[in-house]
Amino acid sequence: MSKLRNLEDAVAAIPDGAVLMIGGFMGAGTPHRLMNELVRQGKKGLTVIANDTARPNVGIGKLIDAKLVARLVTSHIGTNPETQRQMIAGETQVELVPQGTLAERIRSGGFGLGGALTPTGVGTTVEEGKQTIEIDGKTYLVEKPLKADFALINAKRADYYGNVDYALTARNFNPLMAMAAETVIVEAADIVPVGVIPPDVVVTPNVLVDYLIATENRHG
Amino acid sequence: MDEKTLIAKRVALELQDGFLVNLGIGLPTMVAAYLPNNMNVFFQSENGIIGMAALPEQGFALGDLTDAGGAFIGALPGACAFDSATSFGLIRGGHLDVTVLGGLQVDQSGQLANWMVPGKMVPGMGGAMDLVSGAKRVIVAMQHTAKGKSKIVQKCTLPLTSVRRVDLIVTDLAVLQPSDEGLILKETAPGVSIDQVKAATDCELIIPANVPEMQITE
Repeated sequence: MSKLRNLEDAVAAIPDGAVLMIGGFMGAGTPHRLMNELVRQGKKGLTVIANDTARPNVGIGKLIDAKLVARLVTSHIGTNPETQRQMIAGETQVELVPQGTLAERIRSGGFGLGGALTPTGVGTTVEEGKQTIEIDGKTYLVEKPLKADFALINAKRADYYGNVDYALTARNFNPLMAMAAETVIVEAADIVPVGVIPPDVVVTPNVLVDYLIATENRHG
Repeated sequence: MDEKTLIAKRVALELQDGFLVNLGIGLPTMVAAYLPNNMNVFFQSENGIIGMAALPEQGFALGDLTDAGGAFIGALPGACAFDSATSFGLIRGGHLDVTVLGGLQVDQSGQLANWMVPGKMVPGMGGAMDLVSGAKRVIVAMQHTAKGKSKIVQKCTLPLTSVRRVDLIVTDLAVLQPSDEGLILKETAPGVSIDQVKAATDCELIIPANVPEMQITE
């Protein structure tokens, strides 16, 4: 069965209160059409797991502007004063996670692991409420896996089966998140016939991908 | 020369041919512009690239090629791109030779605070905690004082970035090296006396018999 969906239908499948992983780093590698459509459909009470919230009116920042996000798990909000305002005002619950730890928690979720052991954050406020383990004389934090209902992925190309590759620094969290969500929605710049992406080049295997967003008409 | 340029030029001397280096946003980014001639350093940006370079021309900006601050960059021949888990595996796994980071406070024990000011500024730690925990060498590049107050203190009052001791602190006044005994004054900036450094510092410094003037790259 074809995985192709139009933008509106794919986003309509996301209920209020869903847990979303959203790829991207300061907007690069964020699925921008999906962001716009989430805002247009006015989803409510979302949990967003993402590296950052970019800036106001950019990428994930649009979801923050529209007050769609009730809970945010992220590494950095310094570039988005509106996210900081909502956090301080208590409108959005924000969990700050070191960036490498965020990557490993998502990877653990997708790879079926019970979590990650990391030296990052030991002895800092990040350690509060967490278990520590000593291995060969070194202390590690136990960081629990993260999973999501939906992963919203930005890709360079997808083929009709859903094999995916990525572009340069737009890759970032996308391939990790594609492993860690129940339903994976891919917004690719191009959708190409099966066989066009060489097997060695595929980063995200097709079986992970549920929906491909139809590309915009570029033929006028 | 302004203070930030001085700091960047001094930090550049700490890099070596073939090093993998991560520069933080702001002042540390300036270091890349002052590498000694012919030095080949690999710059990593934690959003997933080794081999980042300045944007060749404004018209060549590509939305899928950015640095950790979201600014458009270029890439050198031989650059490689990877996902965030690999990027932080490079950082945490002992593959990163040097990280240069800004600081809000560094204390006598060499611990760094650079990610939040409770009640005022909560940007989040981004990659800073992983960088300080994992890099082979951590260099703090920052101005010695802020609003007249020393950023070198007896004990950090701001939340720590890591309990790991940083390796070198380069400011507009001095180069300081943390040790078991405390902060050693290694160099003073051109035209700055030892007494001026002591007066601008909120903790005891270890002053060796000979404190040379800071050298910088061309």
